[in-house]
Amino acid sequence: MVKSLRNLIALVVFLTVAASATLFADEFSKKDVEKWNKEFMTVVNQGEKLFHSALGTNTVSCDMCHPNAANTHPETYPKFQKQIGKVVALRDMINWCIQNPLEGEPLKLDDPKMIALEAYITWERKGKPLEPGRH
Amino acid sequence: MKKKMTRRRFLKRTAVAAAAASLPLSVVEFSWGSGSGKNFTFAYISDSHLTHIKGTKFVRNFDQGLKKAVTECNFMSPKPDFVVYGGDLAQLGKREELDHGLEIISRLRHPVKWVIGEHDYYLDLGRYWQEKMGKLNYSFDHKGVHFVVLNSILTYEPWIKQWKTPQERMANMARLDNPKGSPFIVGDLQIEWMKLDLAKVSKDTPVVVMSHSPLYKIFKPWNFWTDDAEKVQNVLKHFNNVTVLHGHVHQIMYNQIGNITFEAMMSTSWPWPYPVSYIKKPNQVPKLTVMMNRADPFHERDATGWSILDMENGRVTNHYKLWENKDRILKYDDKLGYPVDTEYQAPASRIPPQDHY
Repeated sequence: MVKSLRNLIALVVFLTVAASATLFADEFSKKDVEKWNKEFMTVVNQGEKLFHSALGTNTVSCDMCHPNAANTHPETYPKFQKQIGKVVALRDMINWCIQNPLEGEPLKLDDPKMIALEAYITWERKGKPLEPGRH
Repeated sequence: MKKKMTRRRFLKRTAVAAAAASLPLSVVEFSWGSGSGKNFTFAYISDSHLTHIKGTKFVRNFDQGLKKAVTECNFMSPKPDFVVYGGDLAQLGKREELDHGLEIISRLRHPVKWVIGEHDYYLDLGRYWQEKMGKLNYSFDHKGVHFVVLNSILTYEPWIKQWKTPQERMANMARLDNPKGSPFIVGDLQIEWMKLDLAKVSKDTPVVVMSHSPLYKIFKPWNFWTDDAEKVQNVLKHFNNVTVLHGHVHQIMYNQIGNITFEAMMSTSWPWPYPVSYIKKPNQVPKLTVMMNRADPFHERDATGWSILDMENGRVTNHYKLWENKDRILKYDDKLGYPVDTEYQAPASRIPPQDHY
């Protein structure tokens, strides 16, 4: 009895919150955008630092072959990579580079470092139209 | 349409045929100027970026590139008269790296001419290099050609002095896309030296200048750039036939500015993207350049290599030896007055991997 009453109260609270959230969900302000952009740029800057540091075991860094992340072509992924033998995402290629030229251990695909690297690489290519599959 | 043979055309053809019969001598005399020139071959190895990890460990990939170039050079036939090392033997200017490079290059069976790069210089400002390899700028004559070697990777004093340690200075110069970088200069002192050196050389003598950085302006954000390039070009403009050979850019690149032909040498370590691939800045790749095949990172030696240079009648024919790609040949076209790729110069003959974006 007590349990079902508690459930009923919880349901009422949930519906009230849900209703008010529906009303205001899309109304974000300039201030919100600035805040979110700041969050994004913080991650881009972390990625920029990682991109210019030794992520493997041999002191080699990504920027040595890819100044300003050039020649990484994030806008062309997912695409078929001949040597992997299937269609892969950009993060699979980032890990390939960490494992081979950098002689390191691959990052987990949801590692914050991986997200930061992707943020930096795509930010340097901002404005380029998407061309998945291009070679 | 077949042209009618007129008396004038007949005489012209006869003259051409007569000239062709004695071609080797007449062309040689014309192109070599008043000097006693003779065709010869030399080789060019550059930008090995040997990287010290710790103890006796170095980055395997980059070691392999230089070792491969040295081995192939030793198999050259005909033998090169000398081999030029074009700079950036080391990655961070460390003695371990320069010693390691000297050890690998000691296996070369040919004499070596050294050009210094910024990765060899900015740790100790060239001290160890001078001790081991010799002078940073010098000239020599070889079979009718006057060679000038420049230290083109100097920069402005305030930039050099702003760092707390030599290691910090080296690291900041080593990073190509560094917003805190500084453009290269040859410097007035060296330009004055070059003027004096060239004062003894007749203007019909072929001149070859070898520097690490390109002696023209390509792309400042990555320091494909020599800030006082015009001053250097100005000293060279009095000569009929000038070729500048440079390293630093890790890619096939060539250009013609007035009387000066510019040709980039390959790197043995890794390729760099063309500036056209960085969309945030305007592209400044010379229009003449047919770009190299896009690097395939799965092949370690792709888009790397070295060069065999034939000095023919005072002009350089550059054979790019590309390890994972078909070789490319760059030949100076006397009629056009600039170098052309013997296979890919016409836009219709290019292949998809030469499209950089």
